[in-house]
Amino acid sequence: MFADFDYDVIIRSLPYLFYDGMTFTLMLTALATIGGIFFGTLLALMRLSGIAPLALVAAGYVNLMRSVPLVLMIFWFYFLVPYIGQWITGAARPIQVGAFVSSLVTFTLFEAAYFGEIMRAGIQSISRGQVAAAQALGMTYPQTMGYIVLPQAFRNMVPVLLTQTIILFQDTSLVYVLSITDFLGAASKVAQRDGRLVEMYLFAAAVYFVISFAASQGVRWLQARTAIAR
Amino acid sequence: MNYNWNWGVFFQTSPDGVHTYLATLLLGTGWTLATALAAWCMALALGSIVGVIRTTPHPWLVRLGNAYVELFRDIPLLVQMFLWYFVLPELLPADLGDWLKQLPNASFYTAVVALGFYTSARIAEQVRAGILSLAGGQRMAALALGLTLPQAYGYVLLPMAYRIILPPLTSEFLNVIKNSAVALTIGLMELTARARAMQEFTFQVFEAFTAATVIYIVINIVVTFAMRWVERRVAVPGLIGAAPQAVSH
Repeated sequence: MFADFDYDVIIRSLPYLFYDGMTFTLMLTALATIGGIFFGTLLALMRLSGIAPLALVAAGYVNLMRSVPLVLMIFWFYFLVPYIGQWITGAARPIQVGAFVSSLVTFTLFEAAYFGEIMRAGIQSISRGQVAAAQALGMTYPQTMGYIVLPQAFRNMVPVLLTQTIILFQDTSLVYVLSITDFLGAASKVAQRDGRLVEMYLFAAAVYFVISFAASQGVRWLQARTAIAR
Repeated sequence: MNYNWNWGVFFQTSPDGVHTYLATLLLGTGWTLATALAAWCMALALGSIVGVIRTTPHPWLVRLGNAYVELFRDIPLLVQMFLWYFVLPELLPADLGDWLKQLPNASFYTAVVALGFYTSARIAEQVRAGILSLAGGQRMAALALGLTLPQAYGYVLLPMAYRIILPPLTSEFLNVIKNSAVALTIGLMELTARARAMQEFTFQVFEAFTAATVIYIVINIVVTFAMRWVERRVAVPGLIGAAPQAVSH
């Protein structure tokens, strides 16, 4: 069964897998998380603003993103982003964007819907008295949100946000459908070139497992630590 | 936007010579639903077993259940599909491996198995959370009345737990439907794959993806309303809903 298991192909491809592939995966994860939390917070504020059109647009966006598979959204944005670029810059033809930009836009906008729901739950977990107190002190809406509500909401939701980031990290493997060289894409290219599917896919699975497992244990540890302070 | 819209494309005949593009999308919807339903049944059965053993008083069973959940949760679904589809047949004895590879609709069975195991880990988490959310006295009372442990689960704990975790189970079911799109990577011609194929043959990118998006939304709405009705029917009086949490797609 494992008699002709070729460890050498893994060793040989390590620089390619990690330098080319994992860098892409981690960069995409990090930037999409930051962008997703930023836009997600905006979406949450829109939904909770009490201004009907804003709330409706945000709710519609979140529900749309949460109803369709990520794979379909990756295809959507892959073809849509050039047109959006053309629209923004006013160019004559659709703008060709690279694989990284295309997937970054996709993951940021897709995950914003999920991060937004987490932030909304976080904001709703803050007691109304805090908002009332801030207003009684003469704070404006931006001040109330920026100094009082959002810092606490964010802090309460850090474990959930991090768990979502681990899911995002695993989801980035789906850029495979665009033949992009992320970690899985790199492993898959070596696997097909050298005819070593068993070795490469098992190794890729092991790497994803180790990273996700370590990260989720870290989140658990953080959750246990921050639980006391609350 | 200099894009040539052509909504009539849905009624043109697809390259298979028989079906219109609209029909191919509907066939894909059928595969999506078949995959999701089969995987859901498997996931519900496996997930319930694993979720239950994680709440039993036997430390080794708990550890086994925890390991199961971590294993299937910490590897991306796409990688799991590849493991089942490309790696498993190579690791089996040659005869069995060849039989697996030549199975008609192999990508369907593989997708169901991969999606079933992946989802079962998530359901196990929900079932465990549901059982743990019950007051400890219920288990003790059941055991004190002379019920065996399996009886206590079957008659007292699970009937309550399932009703409590119905909302998260609904979103897991919606996730299974969405996650079945990942199976296009192993050649399953489900809805997203059909839309992709239609886009490749006709170059009508946005019509194809719009149609797929609309179908997914309709499925979502139908399932959500159906489950809401079920939730109302079986609601436990006097309880409020579960807290939000991270979700995957």
